[in-house]
Amino acid sequence: MKINPKYETSKWRKFERWVDGDSIPTEAEIEEKLENTTNLKDGSKKGNNKKKEDLQEVEETDLEDILAAYRQQEMNDFYTQYKNWPKTKGLRLFKRIYNLIAVIVCVSMILVLLTVVSYLPKFGDMANPANNEVTKRYIENGLEETGAVNIVAGMILDYRAFDTLGESHVLFIAACCVLILLRIDYGKDGKPTSEKIAEEENDRNYEPKNDKILQKTAFVLVPPIILFGIYIILNGHLSPGGGFSGGAIIGAGLILYLNAFGFKKTQRFLSYRLFQKVTLVALLFYSAAKTYSFYTGANHLKNMIPKGTAGNILSSGLILPLNICVGMVVACTMYSFYCMFRKGGM
Amino acid sequence: MNFVQNFPFFNIIMCLACGVISSVLSAKKARKLSIGLISTVAIMSACVLGFTLKTKQSYIYMMGHFPAPWGNEIRIGVLEAAMALFFCIIMLCSILGGLEHILQDVQQQKQNLYFTMINLMLSSLLALIYTNDLFTAYVFIEINTIAACALIMIRDNGHCLVAAMKYMIMSLIGSGLILISISMLYDLTGHLLMSNIKQAVAEISATGEYAIPMTIIIAFLCIGLAIKSALFPFHSWLPDAYGYATASSSAILSSLVSKGYIFLLIKIFYRVIGIEVIRDHKIDNILFVFAVSGMLIGSVCAMREHDIRRLIAYSSVAQIGYIYMGIGLGTQGAMIAALFHIMSHAATKSMLFIAAAGLSEVSGNSKDFTDLKGSGYRNKIAGAAFTVGALSMVGIPLLAGFTSKVYFAVAAVDAKPTKMETAMIILAISTILNAVYFIRSIISIYTPRNTKYNNPSYRPAKTMTTALILFIILNFFLGIGSNLIYRLIESGLSMFA
Repeated sequence: MKINPKYETSKWRKFERWVDGDSIPTEAEIEEKLENTTNLKDGSKKGNNKKKEDLQEVEETDLEDILAAYRQQEMNDFYTQYKNWPKTKGLRLFKRIYNLIAVIVCVSMILVLLTVVSYLPKFGDMANPANNEVTKRYIENGLEETGAVNIVAGMILDYRAFDTLGESHVLFIAACCVLILLRIDYGKDGKPTSEKIAEEENDRNYEPKNDKILQKTAFVLVPPIILFGIYIILNGHLSPGGGFSGGAIIGAGLILYLNAFGFKKTQRFLSYRLFQKVTLVALLFYSAAKTYSFYTGANHLKNMIPKGTAGNILSSGLILPLNICVGMVVACTMYSFYCMFRKGGM
Repeated sequence: MNFVQNFPFFNIIMCLACGVISSVLSAKKARKLSIGLISTVAIMSACVLGFTLKTKQSYIYMMGHFPAPWGNEIRIGVLEAAMALFFCIIMLCSILGGLEHILQDVQQQKQNLYFTMINLMLSSLLALIYTNDLFTAYVFIEINTIAACALIMIRDNGHCLVAAMKYMIMSLIGSGLILISISMLYDLTGHLLMSNIKQAVAEISATGEYAIPMTIIIAFLCIGLAIKSALFPFHSWLPDAYGYATASSSAILSSLVSKGYIFLLIKIFYRVIGIEVIRDHKIDNILFVFAVSGMLIGSVCAMREHDIRRLIAYSSVAQIGYIYMGIGLGTQGAMIAALFHIMSHAATKSMLFIAAAGLSEVSGNSKDFTDLKGSGYRNKIAGAAFTVGALSMVGIPLLAGFTSKVYFAVAAVDAKPTKMETAMIILAISTILNAVYFIRSIISIYTPRNTKYNNPSYRPAKTMTTALILFIILNFFLGIGSNLIYRLIESGLSMFA
């Protein structure tokens, strides 16, 4: 920094000192100080780190330097404080404001939704717009047109089959996502490709748990659970249920079995390849079947698939095989989710 | 019924089936299948476009044996077919351009799953474009969301996981809002089919009944889709997701995923709620305000970035603002400009992402501008493509970005006076801001200061060169042949109503 050499003797400096409350030094004192400064320039600048308490002792030697250093120090302190502010106080403040805003947004959202609900048509009223020709035809002609006693199955697998096709692919894509995230891949040397998951794999070492109570319970429960799931899937077009619910029950049964008897036993019949094959066959069959029925429908061709007698197990055209497909996909997805989260592989 | 009319349905089913098949194939076969599939879909969409242009009217394709309110249906017009064709081209170029990076960034054993996601993403985009049923749209929004998450997180590093997490949370809030509004709309109208809902909504608004629920429904639909397409106040997921994912994913996310949602929003405005009802509820004004502030703030954020990918990502926020400004201006011309900008931005932004990947490839895989200095000389084709893309974003004549800005300006003249003034001023400011950071980056990549990355034996991958050349041609085509596209969109939009 450039300083006027006569700065110390200038009138402005005197005025400044007067403002600061310092005593105004005489000419001689200033001379002395200036000499000291020049002397100090050769020597080390010890004074830089001294604190304010030391100020009195060394005042005679170098007041200006120490004051400058002190100001520098203060600036530095202020700067570091300012720099660390986001990490120390800022983070806490941000979190508080964030929580507050989150609460406000959620509460206002809830209030808005409640208000809107109070303006909607009354629930269960006969005159509601939802009770129109669409539902009427589902209820009155559903059995005749789809052959399914369970109207819901007829709706989701025949009337609005395109949506359900999309929905079963949602399950598939979710399973694939979990695979991407959690599957442990083995390189050509047979070792996991990434080290961080080598530890997670050790979960397998605690297998089997050989918990007698669990094993006995599972021994009794698993067959009926899986049978019940199969029943729900096969009866999907006759009674409440269908592929989604039945598949979930089968998946739950498999998970129970896995928990009781360990991976070694389940791997004999449920491997990753099998999972892939089942999903592939089920979804491709679904797509193929629906391509046929959409194509014939859109081109006004006759549907060659017989509907059978309503109420029989072999009836209602494509609904039964589609239910089986959906059930297989759902069961596989449930089971693979569990396996992936447990040990990153099947 | 003409056989060509089946093509849109075949395309959707083919994409779904190929997605499932890819999951059991090897990486190489999955890649070939995916590229073949996208090319086939592009060719078939071109046939459909030709067919609809010839017949000059849209048609309805029944999905199954039951007519519309009972069964599902899709609806194909000029605009839908054109969008499908355009999306396929962009997707093909993005995948080709980033192919080498996919092979590097994604683990060998999981590459087939990447292409599974690409195929399912394409199916969902096609379904969103073609659907005539709100619930079908919701189902495919789900597929789209999950696939987009997977495309981000498949690159196995911390940044991508955090980005995918942010994207997932924001996106699910969006899905939730859309689902709530669809169910309330069903409660009010008793339909899920777009044309039937429009009829019922017109009756409801004529009587003045249910005004409050209707406003909330429209608001939730807009917010939900705005979150998903990263309109300004909801854009916080965007820079991370676009900045760290593998190059193809960034290109596809920025140019297709967000655009698919915007297209759906325009479709909802025209075919579900009815554009007059939207104007009555003043929703377009709110979108306009968000859009205008996004145009400024996106650019300002981009100016502060030192990371080339994040710079491009923030510029997306500004460009999405342009599109919503077109929707918010509320005139027919502005809507056409918005649809044109969907195309021009998709073409330009994916090119920028691929070119940026090419540039950082020759700079030690760094995305920082200090390392990128002189990279335009090291990878000439990527440098050229980046320059073309950046100039197009700034709005230099002959390029796509210029044309869409002209359309916006022309459309703004017809809008209401206050909107016109704001739109004009903000367009001017935004153009200057764009110029500031894009010209800076062009200068930066052509400043030969850094010699440490010089590698004379480097040759860019053939796939990337092809893709970038295609992108450059596409950009010039959109800029010069814009009249053709303008008329195409105009006729498509008239079929919408």
